Amino acid sequence: MEYFDLGKISLLIGFLLIIIGFWGVLSQKNIIKIIIGFAILNTGINILMVSLGYIKGRTAPIIDSAVQQAENHNVLNSVVDPVPQALVLTAIVIGFGVTALLLAYAMKLFKAKRTLDINNFNDLKW
Amino acid sequence: MLRNLLIGLVLAGFVFIFYNLYTTYEPKTELTGIAAHYAENGALEVGAANLVTAVVVTYRGFDTLGEITILFLTASIIAFFLKLNKEDEDKIIIHRGTSELLITASQILIPMIMLFGAYVFMNGHLTPGGGFQGGAIIASAVALSIMANPNRQINHNVIIWVESISGVSFVLLGVLGIFLAGGFLDNKIIGLGEFGTLFSAGAIPIIYSFVGLKVGAEISNILNKYQKSQKES
Amino acid sequence: MNNETVYVAIAIGIGVLSLILAFIAVQNEKLSVSVIAAGVVSLFASVLFLLMAAPDVAMTEAAIGSGLSTLIFFYVLNKIKRHNA
Repeated sequence: MEYFDLGKISLLIGFLLIIIGFWGVLSQKNIIKIIIGFAILNTGINILMVSLGYIKGRTAPIIDSAVQQAENHNVLNSVVDPVPQALVLTAIVIGFGVTALLLAYAMKLFKAKRTLDINNFNDLKW
Repeated sequence: MLRNLLIGLVLAGFVFIFYNLYTTYEPKTELTGIAAHYAENGALEVGAANLVTAVVVTYRGFDTLGEITILFLTASIIAFFLKLNKEDEDKIIIHRGTSELLITASQILIPMIMLFGAYVFMNGHLTPGGGFQGGAIIASAVALSIMANPNRQINHNVIIWVESISGVSFVLLGVLGIFLAGGFLDNKIIGLGEFGTLFSAGAIPIIYSFVGLKVGAEISNILNKYQKSQKES
Repeated sequence: MNNETVYVAIAIGIGVLSLILAFIAVQNEKLSVSVIAAGVVSLFASVLFLLMAAPDVAMTEAAIGSGLSTLIFFYVLNKIKRHNA
């Protein structure tokens, strides 16, 4: 039963998505594919961070009637950790900005050389 | 071949680290440290029912300011990169015609989506949601409108003015907190009000509305730039 | 069958599906397929956030991660396709 805990399963999903995303970033040759790898990596890290704040059997950190009617009548014993959620909230918006910026670079690179293969961009290689 | 071997080695290292972290991970059973303080005193100190909003806008408000600045910088750099020539600017995109359904539905849906976005960021302190989500919803209304009509010109001045005014107001409200309350971005510059009503939690609904408008304007700006870049041949 | 058991079952299903889709996104040769697969991974992640009692994060991920990101990917793909044609 210990392995079937929601927090642990989400942690595992997060780790595996990070590895798949990293593998995509390292192994692919197409620039758009590399950016997709970054997006998956980003999603994996977000899942990982939220799962660290999850506490079994508790509700969302919003003080409403569901929390007030809990058996112990205490906010401290009925909500999950709000801090990782606040961090992930801003991380997702930043992630969108990063993806948009990477795609703008990709368009600019494509305009310069008419190709997206990373092996053709070796001007700084010696 | 060597390349694949190196990639495999790096990934194996990650798998090893993650395996150790996973097997030794003990799920939390109770709130500790700063999280316990936020959960226990959040309702009294800040007056917001949604604790995530309390953390984002008040306890960690400075982070939010930095984050909005990053988004602004991203939008500016993208605008710089995707700048068009003079002759491309007036070109009209000829697409396969947009479907009748999308055009008609967008006329009804866009005002409703905008209104829902405004609802989400004004009620950020009571229900799930807030400035970032509401801003994204408003931007998706803009996305719908430029998908229904690929040649639609979004008024650039409106975006710039909304963005500048909300950014400046956000900082001014923060500075007001230094003089009238405990510090930068303190929300007690006006009374906390009755817990759980729309006009409560001090300045949080006002600050979060400005955040929502700013995020919406910035994301709309990014989308507008990408749409315009299609004109370039 | 209490709530927790149902949540765990949904989470396992979502996890397996999203790992398969992430693999497709990295490995598939058609760019449009991999963009869609990455978008669906994001959508599944937002369901997972909802199960983990984080509705705020779930809303943001659904609107930004799977909606707007996929849209700008397609703007770029469209531009590249018109040049190659």
